[in-house]
Amino acid sequence: MEKGFSPVGLRVLVVDDDPTWLKILEKMLKKCSYEVTTCGLAREALRLLRERKDGFDIVISDVNMPDMDGFKLLEHVGLELDLPVIMMSVDGETSRVMKGVQHGACDYLLKPIRMKELKIIWQHVLRKKLQEVRDIEGCCYDGGADWFTQGQFLGGGEDVSFGKKRKDFDFEKKLFQDESDQSSSSKKARVVWSYELHQKFVNAVNQIGCDHKAGPKKILDLMNIPWLTRENVASHLQKYRLYLSRLEKGKEIKCYSGGVKNMDSPPKDAEINSGHQSPGKSSSYAFLKATETDPKQLASASVSDPTSDIHMPQKAKKTRIGFDPPISSGVFGSLLPWNDVPDPLESKPPILYENSFLQQQPLPSQSSYVANSAPSLMQEEMKPSYVNPDEFLMPQNKNSTVILQDMDLSAPFSSNATSNTESIPGSLNWELPEAHHSGSLDTDLDFTWLHGEHFFANSGLQNFQFQDYSNSSSTSLLSELPPHLWYGNDRLPDPDEYTLMVDQGLFIS
Amino acid sequence: MQRQVALIKQSLFDQGYLDEQFIELEELQDDANPNFVEEVATLYFKDSARLISNIEQALERGSFDFNRLDNYMHQFKGSSTSIGASKVKTECTMFREYCRVGNAEGCLRTFKQLKKEHATLRKKLEQYFQASK
Repeated sequence: MEKGFSPVGLRVLVVDDDPTWLKILEKMLKKCSYEVTTCGLAREALRLLRERKDGFDIVISDVNMPDMDGFKLLEHVGLELDLPVIMMSVDGETSRVMKGVQHGACDYLLKPIRMKELKIIWQHVLRKKLQEVRDIEGCCYDGGADWFTQGQFLGGGEDVSFGKKRKDFDFEKKLFQDESDQSSSSKKARVVWSYELHQKFVNAVNQIGCDHKAGPKKILDLMNIPWLTRENVASHLQKYRLYLSRLEKGKEIKCYSGGVKNMDSPPKDAEINSGHQSPGKSSSYAFLKATETDPKQLASASVSDPTSDIHMPQKAKKTRIGFDPPISSGVFGSLLPWNDVPDPLESKPPILYENSFLQQQPLPSQSSYVANSAPSLMQEEMKPSYVNPDEFLMPQNKNSTVILQDMDLSAPFSSNATSNTESIPGSLNWELPEAHHSGSLDTDLDFTWLHGEHFFANSGLQNFQFQDYSNSSSTSLLSELPPHLWYGNDRLPDPDEYTLMVDQGLFIS
Repeated sequence: MQRQVALIKQSLFDQGYLDEQFIELEELQDDANPNFVEEVATLYFKDSARLISNIEQALERGSFDFNRLDNYMHQFKGSSTSIGASKVKTECTMFREYCRVGNAEGCLRTFKQLKKEHATLRKKLEQYFQASK
């Protein structure tokens, strides 16, 4: 059995009409030390969820169920309860997977499901929490100008493409967010550009033809959304145009080989293929590249995104890009004609699809410009001396994960960490450890790391490595390290192994 | 006895009746659930018997509702992946393919084969669990 790290007590609801699978999944999840509730019927599951409003952290559901379509359940859960939902199926057909993503699934697992896939589902919970926090602090991310200045921190060559991609994603993400977020004091009605709304918008634009001629008034008329105003459309259009123009430029720069590697390196590591932790493949965008990779691989790719930047030192920002889902603008470009995607919902009041497809943009992209703009709450306070959370967040696949955090690694590091973890009870309270971080994190996101000892015990090299860093002049040493190392590996990878490492790292966002 | 168990198991894998999922199940077995694999297998055969009879009825009706048949088979396939019933799974896939192209004859043929594989696996696993006791 693989060693892994999982937050104990994560409350999982499993829904599957297949009794055999239900039994197996229950056992597997229990082995992950999760708290499992099983359910054979979708309606029953919904009832349970509604009854115990805050009783569950995550839902795993099969797609095909007799009493209710899994996607419907997904919608309900997503909308009513805002819980992360993972879909499962024996069918890895791209269209189904896409459907899952569209309906807001945070992941799509192919049966037979492996332990390692279940071991990291907590990432989705964490990501969601982080998203919530970010949304609350929405204004922090509103550095509009930053999108344009991001180019400055981009290095040469390879980094550039990723950086650009990330910018685009930021932008795209922004498109979906509240556009009137800018002036928090503004009393304008909030327009939330949900996926569907944006799709209508794009449809209208495309219908008009050349989007340069498309004026807000025309678009508004075509969209036929009564509550939408011309101003809303105008501002959205402006953003959209900017986005398009940047895409155009971006298209010239092909997807970084690192990203490409991720996509088509099946022979590299069987684990990556079937596994769940490869961010390279694990992006929702992997779905779009269906033609290039086999569906199973795609479908099993999780949408776990690169590790959140919360413990990402500023310096690493630019080179950290490698962790982003390897989306080439081509892929994104293919995303653009959203008209292809069936529009399941009619004009509804705007709902922010937290889990919308593009939402699955890596958090890093979000906080990447945070780093550049005025330091945000999260970024600043989650500064790297924050070693422990990384440990927590790093699932141990095969290698020990050595968190090579920031410069502040000091000799007492290991002992601090150990003492920290020891004091933590074995249940998931998501509490922040007291020691070892600069400033408290006053977000409502608390997380703890458990099994710290387990963590240490796992890694033969770990202590050794820590010693290393504490003794040497850590600053210089770390600055030499390629950033992906910060995500832990007990060896220095060579460039070819870059993506391999990336895959083994932890990716949450 | 141990050797017999090992032999049976080996042949199951060698002949392609089972795949790595079965091993995954064995790894799940622990002190808390010492008979986990057998329990799962029992559950599978019970449930799959039900599915088989559903499909049988649907086929006997003669009015090949391929959609419905495909649905049943989808369930069956999903179920069969749970214990790693490799050959059964293959037949399921073939059956679904025939459904997709609307080939009734192919469906019937494949279903027959599927039942055969299913029965064989059942017997072999019964032997295996018996020998393991």
